[in-house]
Amino acid sequence: MKNHLKEIEFSTEKFESALTDSDLEKYTLRLYIAGMTPKSVRAISNIKNICEVHLTGRYNLEVIDLYQTPQLAKGDQIIAAPTLIKKLPLPLRRIIGDMSNTEKLVVGLDLRKL
Amino acid sequence: MKREPVQPLFSTLPKTATGIQGLDEITGGGLPKGRPTLVCGNAGCGKTLLAMEFLVRGATQFNEPGVFMAFEETEKELTTNVASLGFDLDELSASKMILLEHIHIERSEIEETGEYDLEGLLIRLNLAIDSIGAKRLVLDTIESLFAGLPNILILRAELRRLFRFLKDKGVTVIITGERGDEMLTRQGLEEYVSDCVIVLDHRVNEQSSTRRLRIVKYRGSSHGTNEYPFLIDETGFSVLPITSVGLTHAVSSERVSSGIPRLDAMLSGKGFFRGSSILVSGTAGTGKSSLAAHFASAACLREERVLYFALEESPSQILRNMRSIGIDQEPWVNKGLIKFHSNRPTFYGLESYLTLMHKAINDYKPEVVIVDPISSFIVGTNEFDAKSMIMRMVDFLKIKGITGFFTSLTGAGSDLEHTSINISSLIDTWLLLRDIELGGERNRGLYILKSRGMSHSNQIREFTLTDHGVELLDVYVGPDGVLTGSARIAKEAKEKEEKLLRQQEIERKQLDLERRRRSMLAKVAELQDEFEAEKKETLQAITIEEERIKSFQQQQVNLARSRKADTL
Repeated sequence: MKNHLKEIEFSTEKFESALTDSDLEKYTLRLYIAGMTPKSVRAISNIKNICEVHLTGRYNLEVIDLYQTPQLAKGDQIIAAPTLIKKLPLPLRRIIGDMSNTEKLVVGLDLRKL
Repeated sequence: MKREPVQPLFSTLPKTATGIQGLDEITGGGLPKGRPTLVCGNAGCGKTLLAMEFLVRGATQFNEPGVFMAFEETEKELTTNVASLGFDLDELSASKMILLEHIHIERSEIEETGEYDLEGLLIRLNLAIDSIGAKRLVLDTIESLFAGLPNILILRAELRRLFRFLKDKGVTVIITGERGDEMLTRQGLEEYVSDCVIVLDHRVNEQSSTRRLRIVKYRGSSHGTNEYPFLIDETGFSVLPITSVGLTHAVSSERVSSGIPRLDAMLSGKGFFRGSSILVSGTAGTGKSSLAAHFASAACLREERVLYFALEESPSQILRNMRSIGIDQEPWVNKGLIKFHSNRPTFYGLESYLTLMHKAINDYKPEVVIVDPISSFIVGTNEFDAKSMIMRMVDFLKIKGITGFFTSLTGAGSDLEHTSINISSLIDTWLLLRDIELGGERNRGLYILKSRGMSHSNQIREFTLTDHGVELLDVYVGPDGVLTGSARIAKEAKEKEEKLLRQQEIERKQLDLERRRRSMLAKVAELQDEFEAEKKETLQAITIEEERIKSFQQQQVNLARSRKADTL
């Protein structure tokens, strides 16, 4: 129960801080690809571009090849490739595809400025 | 409990035995080996269970590891759900015979941006299969992908690739799918899985539900095409193959006692045939269950096992009631020779009940099965179903060589020689119990309507329930017709009285005769006495006369002497 309360406090804090300085939030991203297929290559370059444009200096992108470490697919519940997982900030998001649709990608990563 | 795979009649296609009771029989050996099988049906019809049992039986009976990919339930939920069926998934997981993997798809988390494929899923499957060397795989249910991934075109193309991959992998796969409106599955999975399609169905008829299974398609193999009822109970899935009505069962000429000596005497002195089917029909309260109890006890005395399906009474009620007529079945129950199954068939539905009976019979292996009464299978207008169900039950018992004893309640006012289920043609020995109403009372009468293969009595017997069981008595047949009960007793008393009277009359006449003889004798004696007396008198008189004559002659001589008469 105590932990639960803590969590709530924690998320409330986060919510408030997000309101004040959303621009400064750090992004933790993980991109799963299945080998260096044209789709994978496209996905990597697309996400790198977006990050450089919108999240300069405050993102952490990890690229994982499922063929090398297949056991990771289970933990992150991967079914499609490529899949980009936005771990932070919450909520968790899975963006599947080669990220060629920039519009959707921007929405999916909550980068759209209001 | 390893089981040998069922050998198909003619081998066409390598098959993987499921180990599920009955399913291997109707598929001719199991599911197509190394190919996907689609199991579809509505919600709650047992798809997941069928798939899970396929894996568990594979692991425990055929030593084939299996992977369960759950799209809807987590590993923990699955383990808990099937624990009630006696499947210990934790243990099987620990011994690497079964691998459970939950695939989480949450539409709200997923955003599509451009092209993708399902390589992630394939990699996971591949890893899971390789990690335990799986031979069997379940995808439950892959249609969840359609809910999570909006791009149908990519999905369909990828599914095709997925099934190709699984075929190459050589695993036997069960894919479950929700029943669609016009198609077998909502998303038309049947177009990808074209090797074997099994449809499960859960129907409610007259408020009772029946589960049925049908093999819609089995490429490259013959299979049973009917709808087969199946049952899910505490030991899992069981399908009932019911087409085996070849009428080729062997018959026994051994006889078994009915438990009532007089009844045995009516059945040419030896009782019923072993393995035959016996029907006792009659109106309410004519003693059908009592006959059944006698038969059961007789079987127990022969150390045979009796399975008693009581459809209207609880076991303790039966035991109590039978004790009142002097049949104590409790020792037999304790000894394990009588087993009761008290269930209302309407609770299960006919087909499920039949499956239940099959299972109980297969488990208990009785020599005698009693069903009391079969008429309660009829609820409303399901006569046709009930008849076909009973026919299959009778056939099943005959094939197994089990003596079947059925009672049937004849409704008041209906024709006595008409069972409500019209199964007389299936029955070998038919005993009819009837009320005989006479002189303001009802009495029970019993006669044998038919008994195949033996000469039997044509007599009506009066049937009484005493505190030492059923007794059969001769009915009174006299000039006034057939009499039973107190009329019979009265008539018998009257006859006895008449007989007594006649005897007394004879005695009286005999006494009379004696008396007359004696009086005659007395008279003779008297006459004789009289005669004697007269004789005596007469003789006396004669003597006197002779004396007189003598003295007269003396006087004459004396006179002559005095007159000096001439001497002559």
